[in-house]
Amino acid sequence: MGIEQKLGNMGVVTTTLENTVNWARTNAMWPMLFGLACCAIEMMSAQAANYDMSRFGMEIMRASPRQSDLMIVAGRVSKKMGPVLRRLYDQMPEPKWVIAMGDCASCGGVFNNYAIYQGVDEVVPVDVFVAGCPPRPEALIHGVMTIHEKVKGETIKQYAEKYK
Amino acid sequence: MTQIEQVSIEKFKHLVSERALTGETMLLNMGPQHPSTHGVLRLLLELDGETVVNCIPDIGFLHTGIEKNMEAKTYQKAEVMTDRLDYMNPLGNNLAYCMAVEKLVDLDVPVRAQALRVILTELQRISSHLVWLGTSGLDLAAMSMFMYCFREREQILDIFELVSGQRMMTTYFRPGGVWRDIPVEFEKVVRDFLKIFHKRVDEYETLLTKNPLFLDRTMTLGKLDPALALSFGVTGPPLRASGVNWDLRKARPYMGYEQYDFDVPTRTEGDVYARYLVRVQEMRESLKIVEQALNKLPLGPVRSDNRKFVPPPRSEIGVSMEALIHHFKLWTEGFSAPKASVYAAIESPRGELGVYMEGDGSPKPHRVHMRTPSFDNLGVLPHIVKGALVADLVAILSSIDIVLGDIDR
Repeated sequence: MGIEQKLGNMGVVTTTLENTVNWARTNAMWPMLFGLACCAIEMMSAQAANYDMSRFGMEIMRASPRQSDLMIVAGRVSKKMGPVLRRLYDQMPEPKWVIAMGDCASCGGVFNNYAIYQGVDEVVPVDVFVAGCPPRPEALIHGVMTIHEKVKGETIKQYAEKYK
Repeated sequence: MTQIEQVSIEKFKHLVSERALTGETMLLNMGPQHPSTHGVLRLLLELDGETVVNCIPDIGFLHTGIEKNMEAKTYQKAEVMTDRLDYMNPLGNNLAYCMAVEKLVDLDVPVRAQALRVILTELQRISSHLVWLGTSGLDLAAMSMFMYCFREREQILDIFELVSGQRMMTTYFRPGGVWRDIPVEFEKVVRDFLKIFHKRVDEYETLLTKNPLFLDRTMTLGKLDPALALSFGVTGPPLRASGVNWDLRKARPYMGYEQYDFDVPTRTEGDVYARYLVRVQEMRESLKIVEQALNKLPLGPVRSDNRKFVPPPRSEIGVSMEALIHHFKLWTEGFSAPKASVYAAIESPRGELGVYMEGDGSPKPHRVHMRTPSFDNLGVLPHIVKGALVADLVAILSSIDIVLGDIDR
């Protein structure tokens, strides 16, 4: 084990508070169990046996927004669903992140019409866009890893400014 | 962004009983974000304690405007939209759409393409039933069903990826045939799948069919009377579980289904358990069809050679002037369909999936309407959940197997 070698016989680890907080946040980031359309099926595939997203600390899908950190917008967002989506986002406790999964959530996809928001960033702030129609489970996992990278780079100064 | 509308009870007074107005019964929203509604369905429930008095489905949260969008696209390009209708059954949607176009412009499909369409739609039926079995197992707290079913589903998706390059939204069937011929390893991969899948269905059945917990949660629940089912236009497994032997593959055969030997599983109980049994049996029947179709897969072209509607192969374009012209015309302008209206229907995993199409002499359809099975099957829900508990409502809803993309379009 690498960490034991680094520890030696001292029994202590020195690190920064930011690193610890970000490490904890990335390794227990609970997504909300919230599927909209086709992408939700691929999101389920990513959770199931073959792709197994729990390898990245993502196995617990929470059905309640109040218990989740990450919203995966999996599918097209219609004009009727938009306000509901916003309310769900508002109900999530801070810190929270959003993945726009698939082309419809990212930019409207093939549905350039009256019924669909041309990108879910019109409704909620998005951190990571995942391309594909629908994206393969690997692509979703890559999106999740990307958001982990983003979280690992956050600093306390940024938190303070965000919630000022 | 529009705000959530505050609705007073006056607006839906006629839908709930009088006791709801006095506060004797409780009105409760289930959805649009709920793990057991299988999508974004909102059910407005009137509850007396834990018993459902009234259930009012509110749909439209996934309204996509697919039918309208198709009017702005040529016949070839509009097909891409059909994949996203019923996203558990993209190939079935392609098939219904292609059949409608073929009927409209009077286009023949080669026998090899017909057999390929049968094989792939039956595999799609299995994969759709697997998602249903996995998620409804999850609703009834049988978590392992989800893992097992998705394991087998991945194998089917690998087959789709092999033939078309995409896992879900394949658009593999095209008017006049299929996109391209299958790769050589196709037959081996499908046979491997058939070999293991028989045993896997047995495995699912040992987990659920005689499991006392599962029986308690499903038997005698959500009884659907055949007369009620017929009056609501219910089709597919819910209808067959109520004792009506109606399957379009037998009743109005298409794509050469009449040459395959298979049974239509029916039950007479009409409850949640009967629907489960019918679907599991249907998976076995689908395996039979795939095996037969694979055994006598004819050789020959996979696309019609009517160059007015089907683009020529790439090899012809370099050597034939006509081929180049046809290619150019088909991919810029598209083909024109006569002024007529047609209806083509298939038996999708959920029931009768029909496409009504109206041509107006131009390369774009004047109107495309989908008769989607989930929409009609959901209509019967308020009638079969009356008197059930909220926990049973989840089981009944999942047993109808709705897909919201299919309902809202």
